[in-house]
Amino acid sequence: MRAAALLVYSPEVRQEVADSILATEGVCKRFGALLASDNVTLDLHEGEIHALIGPNGAGKSTLIEQIAGAIKPDKGKIYFRGHNVTKLNTAERARLGLARTFQISALALEDSVLQNVILGGLGAQGRPYRFFKPVLASSTLRETAEAALERVGLAQLARTRAGELSHGQKRQLEVAVALTLKPKAFLMDEPMAGLGSSGSARLTTFLSELRHEAPILLIEHDMDAVFALADRISVLVYGKVIATGSVDEVRILPEVRRAYLGDDAWDC
Amino acid sequence: MSREGWINIALILSLLAVPLWAQVADEPFLITLSTRVAIFALAGVGLNLALGLGGLVSLGHAAFFGIGGYAMGILASHAQSYVPILEVPLLIEGTKSMPVIWLTALLVSGLVALAIGALSLRTTGVYFIMITLAFGQMLYYFSISWPAYGGEDGLPIYTRNNFPGLNTLDPIQFFLISYVILCIALVFISLLTKSSFGLALNAARQSVRRVETVGISTYRVRLTAFVLSGMMTGLSGALFADLNRFVSPSMFSWQTSGEIMIFVILGGTARLFGPVAGAALFIVLEHLLGGISDYWLIFLGLLLLAVVLFARGGLIGLLAGSPSRSG
Repeated sequence: MRAAALLVYSPEVRQEVADSILATEGVCKRFGALLASDNVTLDLHEGEIHALIGPNGAGKSTLIEQIAGAIKPDKGKIYFRGHNVTKLNTAERARLGLARTFQISALALEDSVLQNVILGGLGAQGRPYRFFKPVLASSTLRETAEAALERVGLAQLARTRAGELSHGQKRQLEVAVALTLKPKAFLMDEPMAGLGSSGSARLTTFLSELRHEAPILLIEHDMDAVFALADRISVLVYGKVIATGSVDEVRILPEVRRAYLGDDAWDC
Repeated sequence: MSREGWINIALILSLLAVPLWAQVADEPFLITLSTRVAIFALAGVGLNLALGLGGLVSLGHAAFFGIGGYAMGILASHAQSYVPILEVPLLIEGTKSMPVIWLTALLVSGLVALAIGALSLRTTGVYFIMITLAFGQMLYYFSISWPAYGGEDGLPIYTRNNFPGLNTLDPIQFFLISYVILCIALVFISLLTKSSFGLALNAARQSVRRVETVGISTYRVRLTAFVLSGMMTGLSGALFADLNRFVSPSMFSWQTSGEIMIFVILGGTARLFGPVAGAALFIVLEHLLGGISDYWLIFLGLLLLAVVLFARGGLIGLLAGSPSRSG
């Protein structure tokens, strides 16, 4: 609610940007001699999974960091829900409904699973400045948190310390926290990494459903999952989007085919 | 109740029992020692909010301790000399009333904590330690070089300040005032730890990215904690000055910051009663070892080393084991 005041409505926005939930326009980021993002323009529509693939070092994570607000682009704009959010920080963008899961889990490892998820609900409410009332006594926060845990299949582990979870369970917990934000879009950085085949299959089914709640911008190295899930795929090489299209369109591109013939630059 | 809960109750009751026994046995010195424990514990409870819960290693909490002290000193010295503090644009007179002095100490140390925190919290790690230390030292040298309130010599106050309905010169009554304030602070912290704010502050210590990603500004959460922390330490400074009826720049010194941190570490970082146990142990050691040798701080140093190396949970951790987690 509070973040609404921070919004800058931009009338000059292109029509296709206005139609999409999330869009980048000509985003550039340079680290010394390395051009990590080279004029990146892409968008995310309602109800879709848009996968971002590319070799290691192509700038996928840098791009996600810029979309999430952790890194500021040198040039270009980022739009979320029709507003220019380029100048907003991570917390402000999250308050607008941009949820993110990390490549390397970022959780409060000393806290219980439930406390981690409740933190998400607390952020969504936008009112963490309550000093007297026990947070676990709030039935709204608790119910939201327990519902989110139920959905990712962690309900039994609510009282376990987050640090004691397996790698895969931490991934599920990240998704549960993201769910409590009632997000308008998800950014997911390699959610399948280290999950094992049955875990991947379960998460694939879950994400497939999730796209109807909020669209997902997905970075993923597991090509089976990408081809099974994505409505559109963008290929990023040396910071540049070399192609965007449907699974069938992208699959036949020489750059992608080379990847499956074992070119060293690709690791999938 | 958990084992730590019972230990906490035992601690707070003994802190009450010792001076009450001393009152009966006519040992006023013991009452003064207990009052020191209560006041130092309050300073530590303040620091523990920033250090233990928030993970903010502030080496400048003497700034707030000193400000509380000088808030008392300045107000009381004007009251005893009948010279107003300000005449233009509005008349502000000194006062000997404890509640007014406490409110002033809370307000001023809160404002200073807001300013120091707003700048320091833009840094982390060792830079945060250094910048808080620097702010503390700035106030230390300022107090030395400001002759109006005693400069280097400090500022004596001839009689203790007043509290409605109590005789504050009676050691046991002044002890009870300090004790009740300490208890209120402990209740506040125990509520805060379980509150929404406590959850956010605790999570911010463990993972900044986690907290930012759910839309909570870690900077604001930490700044709030830092201000509350500074206010509690500031209040303890006002009480400490009243106990001694004397204020001096040494309250601002980095040794004072270090001592407050020692209370927290000795007793157990992030444990509710850690600063109470730590301050009690410190005063007992100061009294026992200080009687044997002027160099008693060497032994304190060894003890601190042992705690840091072998008993990270401090005294409370040693007695109660790992913290129990609810949720």
